[in-house]
Amino acid sequence: MLELLHIDKTYNPGTVNELCFFKDFNLKINTGEFVSVVGSNGSGKTSMLNIICGSMDIDGGRVVMNDADISKQKDFLRHRRIGRVFQDPSKGTCPEMTIMENMSLAENKGHPYNLSRGAAKMRRDYFRSLLAPLELGLEDKMDIKVGTLSGGQRQSLALLMSTMTPIDFLILDEHTAALDPKTAEKIMILTDKIVREKHLTTIMVTHNLRYAVEYGDRLLMMHEGRVIIDKSGEEKKKMEMGEILKKFDEISLEYGN
Amino acid sequence: MTLIISVFEQGFIYAIMALGIYITYKILDFPDLTVDGSFPMGAAITAVMINAGIPAVLTLPVAFLAGGFVGMLTGVIHVKLHVRDLLSGIIMMTALYTVNLRIAGKANLPFYNQPTVFDNDAVNGFFPEGMRDFQTVIILLVITAVVKLLLDWYMGTKSGFLLRAVGNNDTLVTSLGVDKGRVRIAGLSIANALVTLGGCLFAQQQRYFDVTMGTGTMVIGLASVIIGTSLFRKVTFMKVTTAVILGSVIYKACVAVAIRLGLAASDMKLVTAVLFLIILVLSMDKKRKVAS
Ligand SMILES: Nc1ncnc2c1ncn2[C@@H]1O[C@H](COP(=O)(O)OP(=O)(O)OP(=O)(O)O)[C@@H](O)[C@H]1O
Ligand SMILES: [Mg+2]
Repeated sequence: MLELLHIDKTYNPGTVNELCFFKDFNLKINTGEFVSVVGSNGSGKTSMLNIICGSMDIDGGRVVMNDADISKQKDFLRHRRIGRVFQDPSKGTCPEMTIMENMSLAENKGHPYNLSRGAAKMRRDYFRSLLAPLELGLEDKMDIKVGTLSGGQRQSLALLMSTMTPIDFLILDEHTAALDPKTAEKIMILTDKIVREKHLTTIMVTHNLRYAVEYGDRLLMMHEGRVIIDKSGEEKKKMEMGEILKKFDEISLEYGN
Repeated sequence: MTLIISVFEQGFIYAIMALGIYITYKILDFPDLTVDGSFPMGAAITAVMINAGIPAVLTLPVAFLAGGFVGMLTGVIHVKLHVRDLLSGIIMMTALYTVNLRIAGKANLPFYNQPTVFDNDAVNGFFPEGMRDFQTVIILLVITAVVKLLLDWYMGTKSGFLLRAVGNNDTLVTSLGVDKGRVRIAGLSIANALVTLGGCLFAQQQRYFDVTMGTGTMVIGLASVIIGTSLFRKVTFMKVTTAVILGSVIYKACVAVAIRLGLAASDMKLVTAVLFLIILVLSMDKKRKVAS
């Protein structure tokens, strides 16, 4: 279970750019829940994920993971149980290292990074078998530097890498945004499969309303640091894209943009 | 002939130092000025130990470990106290000036008649009389090769992978559940250990310590790294470490030619700076061309 309790966050405090963004923000996500999050640009989706993962300090409130208060826990410690794909495709992989090396690094998460061989040849076929279903031809580019791959290829690799080891939570920030429609579809199906197979508690931010409606068992819509739609179970199943679009329109009218 | 030998001797010595700078600059993306202090620190430790009659071989591990400690301090200043990278190095460099004087006891400490790793009963017995002139360069070749192979091996380990990752994309290191700060500290530690080892060998080849001998270490090392990596960029089968060693020898050859052409040794810092600027601009140009 993951809880955000009474979170306060002000950006650039004490400057002219001061922005009180989250004020008494509360969210509770149950174990095994797959939550899709939508919301306009700047509505606070990435900020919320950063708070959960410890990438950003909070001014007040608590972050609780499986009944343990982790508000003070360092980001890298939190990530031991979290798999994460960033909005920016370059953040999930190492550009100067090969696919083989990147996957070896990822596979070792949770184990000591000691003086044993970094990339074990015998894992090669296994890595290739993970890459093949992406149908991006990455399995034939094992020794190519990741920096030379396209953004979409990198993002697909990043998704695989983030879920290679046992984790409890999966945090996805627009992980299909950089992908072509066909690949995006494939990655979404793969994501769903991984989430179900590994029973991951998942938060998926997306701008694709269809994905938000089709996938996941709960849907959140954010606006200006608040959750303005929160539907789960039967209610979520009955939701249609039109309904969400209407809400988007309402917001724009209300705030005049 | 002696000139060529001396180019290779100094080229190899500086290569070990340059390998350290390769770690900080290329792998960690951290311009570390600590090296201007840790290089002479290696020399100071060596001079004192040898004058005290301690076997010269022991200076190598002692210098290496001392350098590792100093690099760790730079890392702690940067990571834990959040001081900017360049400033952390400058602080350590400045502090080490005093430390080096304290270690040596004075600004200049020679040890002309003492045995060194290049000139002691054991190696003198091993090499035949006719090889005397090549003795130092051969020993240096062996030491440099060992250092290079060890570094290559380390870069292929899990720990080495993490080091490469932290300079490249430290967000990934965090995602892997590892403290990126500690990886950085370890990297700076290894780098300065190598630089200090270079200083240790330099002192034994020159047979003295001088408190100013570290000035420009970073620039010389960086020049070697950039010469090596840009010149041999296309040679895919060559390891970067080999390229850095060759870069260092080439750099020393350029300096030797400059001196041959009539420049005084005291002009060398200016020559180094100008040479470095040229190399930097040329290599940046290449990058820009690739990018556009
Ligand atoms: N580090 C920061 N410093 C100052 N302001 C920030 C910072 N990070 C985010 N913000 C502000 O917080 C608001 C929310 O940003 P956030 O990145 O969370 O939006 P988002 O919902 O992820 O948007 P998008 O869909 O464009 O990714 C924005 O107004 C942004 O300017
Ligand atoms: Mg975002």
